[in-house]
Amino acid sequence: MHLVLIGNGITGVTCALTARQLRPDARITLVSAESAHHFSRPALMYVYLGHMRYQDIKPYEDWFWTENRLELVHATATGLDTAAKTVQLDNGSALTYDKLLLATGSRGRRGSWPGSELAGVQTFVTLPDLELLTRDTRQGVQQAVIVGGGLIGVELAEMLAAKGMAVTMLIRDARYWGAILPAEEAALVQRQLKAHHIVTRYETELEEILADENGRVRAVRTTAGEELPCQWLGLAIGVEPNLDLARAGGLETDKGVLVNEHLQTSAPEVYAAGDCAQLRDPATGEMAVEQLWYTGRQQGETVAYALCGTAPRPYRRGTWFNSAKFFDLEYQTYGRVPAEPDAGEHSFCWQHPTRDALLRINFRTDTLAVTGLNVLGLRQRHDTWAAWLQAAAPVTEVLANLGAANFDPEFFRQYEKVIVAQFNQQFPQHTVQLRRRKGLFRV
Amino acid sequence: MNSAQTLTAQAPLPEVAGTEKLLLTLVALGLLLLLPATFDADAQRAHWCFFAALGLISVGALGWAGWKYGRKPPGVQHNNLWLRASTSRGAVAWVTGIVLTGFYVILYWFSSPDDQGNYGPLNQLVHALDPFSQWLRNRPSDQWFLYGTFYTLAILVMGVRGLLKYRHSPYHLIRTGSLMFFQLGFAFLLPGLLLAFQRPEFYFSYFWPLKQDYLFPDTVGYLLKDGGPALGVFMVFWTAVISFVGVPVLTYFFGKRWYCSWVCGCGGLAETAGDPYRQLSDKSRTAWKWEVRIIYTVLGLIVLLTALLWVGASGAVPALQGITQPLSQAYGFAIGAVFSGVIGVGFYPLMGARVWCRFGCPMAAYLGLLQKHFSRFRITTNGAQCISCGNCSNVCEMGIDVKQYAQRGEPIIRASCVGCGMCSTACPRGVLNLENGPRDNRYQGSQLIHADSLRILS
Repeated sequence: MHLVLIGNGITGVTCALTARQLRPDARITLVSAESAHHFSRPALMYVYLGHMRYQDIKPYEDWFWTENRLELVHATATGLDTAAKTVQLDNGSALTYDKLLLATGSRGRRGSWPGSELAGVQTFVTLPDLELLTRDTRQGVQQAVIVGGGLIGVELAEMLAAKGMAVTMLIRDARYWGAILPAEEAALVQRQLKAHHIVTRYETELEEILADENGRVRAVRTTAGEELPCQWLGLAIGVEPNLDLARAGGLETDKGVLVNEHLQTSAPEVYAAGDCAQLRDPATGEMAVEQLWYTGRQQGETVAYALCGTAPRPYRRGTWFNSAKFFDLEYQTYGRVPAEPDAGEHSFCWQHPTRDALLRINFRTDTLAVTGLNVLGLRQRHDTWAAWLQAAAPVTEVLANLGAANFDPEFFRQYEKVIVAQFNQQFPQHTVQLRRRKGLFRV
Repeated sequence: MNSAQTLTAQAPLPEVAGTEKLLLTLVALGLLLLLPATFDADAQRAHWCFFAALGLISVGALGWAGWKYGRKPPGVQHNNLWLRASTSRGAVAWVTGIVLTGFYVILYWFSSPDDQGNYGPLNQLVHALDPFSQWLRNRPSDQWFLYGTFYTLAILVMGVRGLLKYRHSPYHLIRTGSLMFFQLGFAFLLPGLLLAFQRPEFYFSYFWPLKQDYLFPDTVGYLLKDGGPALGVFMVFWTAVISFVGVPVLTYFFGKRWYCSWVCGCGGLAETAGDPYRQLSDKSRTAWKWEVRIIYTVLGLIVLLTALLWVGASGAVPALQGITQPLSQAYGFAIGAVFSGVIGVGFYPLMGARVWCRFGCPMAAYLGLLQKHFSRFRITTNGAQCISCGNCSNVCEMGIDVKQYAQRGEPIIRASCVGCGMCSTACPRGVLNLENGPRDNRYQGSQLIHADSLRILS
């Protein structure tokens, strides 16, 4: 059996590793136009910052692929014939498959602003994006503007500011990552941005990109009418699935490649997973298109079962989790914490008066069951929270045992006591007795 | 475009500010002043140059650390590590490595005093410390006192740099403070005071098999004789009890870190002066194989040698009489001098700061076996949060490819881990945590990620 996987990102690679376990005899080929080997996409920023080199962000050493008999093809897949079951490559050769996975990922959205094709204007998602950024900011960029108040935007801000550039962020919402973060969390992120000298313009969008005589960006005009001089402009307004190959093969697409719960596309023996896939019927509370490292990994694993035909299971995301880092501020979230609390839910938020530390627990007003957690500047144990959320544990039980979820390093300040005290003050009808703090010898 | 090289070679570097240049110039001037301090024919002027050099180096380095790290918000500050020549095996690193190696070669083989008390090329530097040595140890300085002074100063000055750089982490603050305390108190002042009181120069923070001769029959005999009935017995007792009882018990509860990155002087230098070089350790599988081959051989050698020496001393096997002494000297030369000094420290800027600890130290091997098989210590991976970014592996000075475990959701239980905690600090997703047990399910990974069982070792 020949499995051909288009894309060597986290989805394609997780699928390859899982498939290798399920079918030790299968021939598995990974095709990628972007890079010869799998690398960690979220780590691209650290190469630019100089924390690591490119070879350091490869999750596996190069011998790993040959020893596990995973064939790597560094080429672009340009054509797909689902009847003949072949994939055409730009190097002139073609691959015949028994099962095909499209894990083509996504690319940065460029918007439709006048001037968005100018030199010095780019997105930041792929390795070629990083190469372009590296070349383009090596010299002569004093001021940079970033459009978009999300995760890529804040990464770019950190990268450029670290090189001494003056960075301004244009953010459409009234606060940072307004669609995701509640106000207190966004305010803490804003504090980080300020401490690192990032200028923010909230409720401001890009109006026009202005060119110099060489066809390079020299300034932008905002919707507030302000003209900001800049020699580099980052478009961080989200990503869109790479659909070229799916379209070439005549697959049904919408925003992404349409797939059923087994991640099967409209064509026989062709599957799609990760950033480029769109679920036809997402479960309640789940997104049709998810462009995330963790969901990419989960979908890659799920689709391997379907490809190998060994006990295929429908894709279920399970309890949500995510994490990020905003400059020096770490963020972890478990379960669901919407930007504005849902009806029927309390949102308990503790914040240190001066330090950058915040903990928010959402719970049902009727059953007191916890529904979600946000922490900033604190580390919480994933397994413990997953169990609490799964069991719909009451917030009183969770707070009483909060120390069990503390994942901060030794000697770090422990806030469980003050957190519980504030909860008792805010919800005197549900008084909690803190039973468990973190100990030196206890996990 | 070949990404691997160009991305790093072409990456923009921020301009070095005038203040930073000035402070680094002070350090450079101080280092240059060591030349007249060594070679100036006028001994008095040479002495002044020596103290001016130490002053400039210390003030320049402390000022630089305060300027570079103190002004920024507390947090991980690893920008440009692989972009600066000094920390990425560039020209500066090679020069530093050659100078350090050269110093060790001179120290070990060309600075023994002759009949006139002349310490070779280091003579003036050694004698510049005479007043200080008289005050502390009630005797003139020698080449080892010069070395100890340099060593301690390096740990203290670069320790303050570490305190500033990692001030967001109480773990690093306390750990670095502990290393500075043990070096200054137990490995510098106390041995000096013991000499002042006519007692053996004894290091209470070094144990067999790192300080291999502390359990050799000759040293034991000498300690018992010169240490006097109370102190001498205590010194021998201390060595034996720590080596055979203290080490297993403490390692059971805390892992080998209680020694390697809290107490030990070699670890102390690596964690402070060697901190800028921690990313240079080799993470490859090949390096791991060599590590296992070499370090356990050294441990085997020293155990065997110690046993032979005792058998020889007992007189039970007369044939051993002529062999044990040369063997002991050969070990001292090859392992104690060449490996731990010349390679261990001289190659800091090229191979990272823990070359000796990783490949050569028999104490680390002994602690490592205990840590792997009889300890509660592990580094726990936080569920499925790993993004395989590689920051943990990058900062591991022992060359452990930490992400191989983290991306599988597995705990990290490795003999070589010295528990410096830097992987946990550098992780941008809060995935890694150093924990002391319990031992039940110590190898149990997270249920939230399905570990691929594909091999990472053959």
